[in-house]
Amino acid sequence: MFPLRIAGLRFAPEARPILDGLDLELSGEGISVILGPNGTGKTLLLRLLAGLLPADGGAIDWGGAAQPDGRLAMVFQQPMLLRMTVFTNVEFALRPQPMTAAERRRRTTEVLERVGLAHRARDCARLLSGGERQRLALARAWAMRPRLLLLDEPTASLDPSATEAVERIIREIRTEGAKVLMTTHNLGQATRLADDIIFLADGRVQEHAPASRFFARPQSPAARAFMQGELPWRIAFDR
Amino acid sequence: MLATLFEALSLLGSFDHRLFEIVGLSLRVSLTALLIGALLGLPLGAWLAVAGFRGRGALIVALNALMGLPSVVVGVLVYLALSRSGPFGSQGLLFSPAAMIVAQSVLVVPLIAAVTRQIVEDAWRDYAPEFSVIGIGRPQAVALLLADCRFSLSVAMLAGLGRAMSEVGAVMIVGGNIDGYTRVMTTAIALETSKGDLALSIALGIVLMAIIFGLNVAAYYVRGWATRRYG
Amino acid sequence: MAHCFRSLILALGLLAGVAHAEETLVVASTTSTEQSGLFGWILPKFEQSTAIKVRVVAVGTGQALEIGRRGDADVLFVHDRAAEDKFVAEGYGSYRQDVMYNDFVFVGPKDDPAKIRNAASALNALKAIAGSGQAFISRGDKSGTHAAELRLWKEAGVDPKALAGYKETGSGMGPTLNMAAAINGYTLSDRATWGAFKNRRELDLVLAGDPVLFNPYGVIPVNPARHPHVKKEAAERFAQWLVSPEGQAAIAAFRADGQPVFFPNAKK
Repeated sequence: MFPLRIAGLRFAPEARPILDGLDLELSGEGISVILGPNGTGKTLLLRLLAGLLPADGGAIDWGGAAQPDGRLAMVFQQPMLLRMTVFTNVEFALRPQPMTAAERRRRTTEVLERVGLAHRARDCARLLSGGERQRLALARAWAMRPRLLLLDEPTASLDPSATEAVERIIREIRTEGAKVLMTTHNLGQATRLADDIIFLADGRVQEHAPASRFFARPQSPAARAFMQGELPWRIAFDR
Repeated sequence: MLATLFEALSLLGSFDHRLFEIVGLSLRVSLTALLIGALLGLPLGAWLAVAGFRGRGALIVALNALMGLPSVVVGVLVYLALSRSGPFGSQGLLFSPAAMIVAQSVLVVPLIAAVTRQIVEDAWRDYAPEFSVIGIGRPQAVALLLADCRFSLSVAMLAGLGRAMSEVGAVMIVGGNIDGYTRVMTTAIALETSKGDLALSIALGIVLMAIIFGLNVAAYYVRGWATRRYG
Repeated sequence: MAHCFRSLILALGLLAGVAHAEETLVVASTTSTEQSGLFGWILPKFEQSTAIKVRVVAVGTGQALEIGRRGDADVLFVHDRAAEDKFVAEGYGSYRQDVMYNDFVFVGPKDDPAKIRNAASALNALKAIAGSGQAFISRGDKSGTHAAELRLWKEAGVDPKALAGYKETGSGMGPTLNMAAAINGYTLSDRATWGAFKNRRELDLVLAGDPVLFNPYGVIPVNPARHPHVKKEAAERFAQWLVSPEGQAAIAAFRADGQPVFFPNAKK
C-alpha cells in the first residue's frame, strides 16, 4: 500500500479544475497534515483517495498496486451517526469484516474504552455532544484497524478540551502503526500533531516538508503568505 | 337527524354484537394487508432507493402512480384473477376475507414501497459515503437504512393502514359484502346507507373515524418521541 | 412461481381464518332478497335443519348470473325469468325451479302529481308518468327489477330514455329509493325492499296489485358439468329446501312493515 504515489492528479468538474496536476508521495508512517486556504481541494483529495469520487486525470499508485491492499478508514467533517446506540454505531462498521459477533463486540468495547466513551455505550449516538460525536466517529474508524486513516477537519467545531481529547486519540492511532492523513485549519493543531506538512494551494502541492522545517522556514511564497495570514481565504472562487 | 345520531350512539354504547363483529373483521383484514404490505413494500422501497440500474427512474414513476390506484380498479382486477374462471381461481378464494386481504395488499404495497423509497433515499444520501468507505454492501445497507429510518417508516405504515381501512371499492367487489363473513365497516356503511338505515351507518362511521383519527394521533406522537429520544 | 403464489394465497386464507369445519354454500342472489330482510329470516331456519352455512353475495340479477357463469357461486336465487331460462339453456345451470313471487309497486310523491293512484293498470300509470313529465328513477343496473321495468315500458309503448325526467342510478333498490325520496320522483320498487325502507320522506305507495307487476323468483343450482368444483349436494339441498313445505312456510311467514311480501309458489 505504501509508499503512496500520486502523479498529476486532476479533478475538474465542469471544466474548472480544483486539483490541477497534483503530485505527492507519502510514506506509511506518521501523521501528515494538509494545510492550505479554503476551497483549495483538501477535502477533495481525501475523498479521491477514499475512492468516493473518480479523478479526471492523473494516477494514484498504492505501493505498486492500483488499489489499496490495506484497510482504509475515513472520518468526515460531519460524521453521520445512525439513530442507534453508541455501541451499535461502532459495531456495525465491523460487520463487513471476517469476525464473529463476539469478536466484534469485544473490539467495539475496547475502542470505546480507549476513546473514553465506554460509559455511554448504551446511549443514543445522536444525543452526544460535538466532541463526543467526533470521538465516536474516530472509535468507529479505529475499530476497523485501518492501515490508512483519513481525517477531514476532525476538530473544526470543537472547544479546546474536546480538541485535546481528539488529538490524544489521533496520536494513539499513529502510535499503533496506522498512517494518518488529515486536514485542518488550526495551525496550532498542525504544529502539535504533524510529522510532515503538505501545503496545498492553486490545485497543487506547493510544499511537502517535515513539520519542524516547514514551520521554521516555509520555502514556497504561497506558504509564507499563508503563515502570515495574508493569502486570501476563498481563492477558488476568484478564478 | 339528531334522532339518528342518538340512535347511532346508543348502538355503540350497547356494544351491539353485529357492529363489533364488523369492526373486528375490518381490523383483521386491514392489519393483515398491512403486514404483507410491510413485508413486501419495505425491502422493495429500500432496494429501489439504493440500487442503481437502467430503468430505475421509470420504475419509481410507476410506483408513485400505483400509489394512487383507484380501489375499484384493484377490486375488478383481483376479482378477475381470483374468480373460478380466472388464473388463480383454484383455491376458491373469491368472496372470502382472504380475497379482501389480497386486494388490500395490492393497494398497500405500492404505497409503502413508494414512501419507503423516498424516506430511505434521503437517508442514503447522507450515509452513502460512510457506508462506502466502511465497505458495507448493498444488502447490508438496505437492512441498516430500514432500521435507522424505523420511526419515519412506521408513520408511513400507519398511513398505509389508514388507506386500507378507509377503502370500500376493492373489498366490496372481491368480498361480496356477505353478512357475517365479508362485511367490513366501509361496505356495511355503504349497504346500510343504501337501505336507508342511517343509524348503523353513522355508528360505524364514528368507529371508523375514531380509528383513523387515533392512527394519526399515534403517528404524531411516535414522530415526536423518536426525535427526542434518538435525534 | 405460480405455485409459490398459490401457496401464498392459501396461507393467507388460513391466516384470515378460512379453515372452518362446517360446510358452506355460496348463494348469488339479488339485493331485493337481502335488503328486504328475507334472508335474515329464512336462512337461520335452513342452517338449523341442515348445518350448512350459507354465504349470500347480494348483487343485481345481471351480476348474479355472471357470477354463476364464472362458477364463483354454487347456486343462484334471482328474479328474471327470461334471463334465468337462458342461463339454464346455455348449460350454466342444472335446472330452474319456481320458489316464490313478490310484486312490484309504484312509489312516488304523496301528492301524486302524475295522478297515477287511480290508474286502471300499471301500463296506464307509466303512460301517465311519461305524459306528466315527472321524474322517474330507474335502477338501470340489469337487475331483475330493472328488466321488469324495461319490459313494462316496452309494453306501454313508451321509450323511457326519451323522457326528460328519466334518471338511471345504476344501483340497487335502496339507493334508487333514496334518490326518489330526495327529488320527489316516481320509481318502481319491489314491495319487500319498500317495506323495509326507512328513509321515505315524502314518498308513498301509489299503485299496486296489477298482475303484470308480479315478479317470480327462481332457484338455479350451478351446473357441476360446467364447474366441477361447485358444492353440488349442498346446492341441491338448498334448492330443495326452498321448495319444500318447510321452506315455503318460512317464506310465507316473513313480514316486512307488518305485511307479507313474498308469496310461495313452488310447484307441488
